Amino acid sequence: MLFLVQDGITNGAIYALLGLALVLVFAVTRVILIPQGEFVTYGALTYASLSAGQMPGTAKLALVMGIAAFAFDLFAARRLLRWQKLARAFAVNVVLPGAVLALTSWLAGRHSPVLVNVGASLVIVALIGVFLYRLAFQPLAHTSVLVLLIASVGCHLAMQGLGLLFFGAEGQRGPALADAAATLGPLRFTGQSIAVYGLTVAFIVALWLFFGLTVYGKALRATAVNRLGARLVGIRTSLSGQIAFLLASVIGALSGILIVPITTLYYDTGFLIGLKGFIAAIIGGLVSYPLTAMAALLVGVVEAFSSFYASNFKEVIVFTLLIPVLLLRSLAAPAVEEEGD
Amino acid sequence: MSALLTIADAHVAYGKVEAVRSVSLEVAANEIVTIIGANGAGKTTLLNAIMGVLPLKGRIGFLGADLTQLEIEDRVGLGLSLVPEHRELFWSMSVEDNLLLGAFRGTSAGSASAFERVYTLFPRLKERRKQLAGTLSGGEQQMLAMGRALMGAPKLLMLDEPSLGLAPIIVADIFRTVSELRSAGVSVLLVEQNAQAALKIADRAYVMELGEFVLQGSAAEIERHEGVAASYLGFQHAGESGI
Repeated sequence: MLFLVQDGITNGAIYALLGLALVLVFAVTRVILIPQGEFVTYGALTYASLSAGQMPGTAKLALVMGIAAFAFDLFAARRLLRWQKLARAFAVNVVLPGAVLALTSWLAGRHSPVLVNVGASLVIVALIGVFLYRLAFQPLAHTSVLVLLIASVGCHLAMQGLGLLFFGAEGQRGPALADAAATLGPLRFTGQSIAVYGLTVAFIVALWLFFGLTVYGKALRATAVNRLGARLVGIRTSLSGQIAFLLASVIGALSGILIVPITTLYYDTGFLIGLKGFIAAIIGGLVSYPLTAMAALLVGVVEAFSSFYASNFKEVIVFTLLIPVLLLRSLAAPAVEEEGD
Repeated sequence: MSALLTIADAHVAYGKVEAVRSVSLEVAANEIVTIIGANGAGKTTLLNAIMGVLPLKGRIGFLGADLTQLEIEDRVGLGLSLVPEHRELFWSMSVEDNLLLGAFRGTSAGSASAFERVYTLFPRLKERRKQLAGTLSGGEQQMLAMGRALMGAPKLLMLDEPSLGLAPIIVADIFRTVSELRSAGVSVLLVEQNAQAALKIADRAYVMELGEFVLQGSAAEIERHEGVAASYLGFQHAGESGI
């Protein structure tokens, strides 16, 4: 029994990270981030490829998206060309992913330490996340939640297809972050599960500090609370969106890197993992961070028990969790405030 | 006195409906200028267009820079600030955080002296600094909106109906603060339905009707003008019949 709870909490911790990222992105940009699962897959498989000495296709994707993003910036600034601004856009959108690509191809084929591979994978996926916002969502920033959701589904499908192209249909596993293991009573803690707990807690604390104490964190919250108000004090909502996507893609990739030594990941596994984070986020009403984290642990534990006792119905049971929650929410708040647009 | 804000032949439209037609306006440094007019005359539309919230056709310059191509955020950076009609505060954040973010673009972001200056103007905000903005009373919210705008040390502060929905005693307080701003080197462009109060503190005034300026002059002249008196100040001059 206890090991099921332990297993559930390990998975739940990962769902918690993903759920928090979803809430964050929705609050700041009103995008329901379906491609979150692809960030997980890309992070995991990029890390696995690098560890196996192969060149991950995601590094090339980052450069291609960067060049496209630069073209977008160029087009947006066509009437008012300012060299300083252009040079900065060129550095961020083209030079940076180009350098990362060069570094990655240098790393591939070499036996580099685990942490270097982790770092490279995180940077690659972070770039893809930021460029994804620039290309797909920033031009739509003023539209309705529904339009953004449709764009989000489109991004998910495109990225999943690209995932198949880059990594093939076969699953991969990556090396564990830490080999140590400890036994405590009936429970056995592997180094990997301790890394999962540690990093989840560290990330949640770091997010909490970022939003509670730093000016940029507060600016992000302000954008979520009142977009016009934020613009009127000079906060660029596009910058806020990029920061939100940066955080979400790093969280997604990190989750993937944490899972891939435990389970085999395929190009489409991320979607299901992302959906479980999404359930947690929905239980938290897409607004509450602590509620989302708690719900994610619950989802993890329910999943562990149902896969043990009724493995065929594992996903059914987990997703059925949503129905009572939605029912309860609709009863508790009969007058739902619809967004104006 | 040099011109701070210059607008020439400005048009603002919602789709095909022109809400502001061929308006020209100037605000000099250290000046309080008011735009008065009835509900729906286009005053709020004009202010929003100056800030960049709505697109404006025509010429608009601020401190020699051409504003037409600039985003709201860049206009803030130049020293232009708007306190909008609906205040647009960050409701779920503390008063202090609202003020801090007001200085987001400022070079002296959130410096102690900027806070001190706002707290001196509005001592109430200092008392409530840990409270959430959403729990403030209407007058306090207006003070916070103005305080937030002032944190960025603007050169021109635009106020949209600061008296809206407030008790007369608080209105008097807010107008007194506005006139104090001038001595601190901030110019003010004030849009008001409460014409009487606005004309008391303003140097110059424009009267807006159906999207156009129908009258302009020094505040004292406008106040004495018979048509204005009848339409906006509620005075009945001898010999005139009531409508």
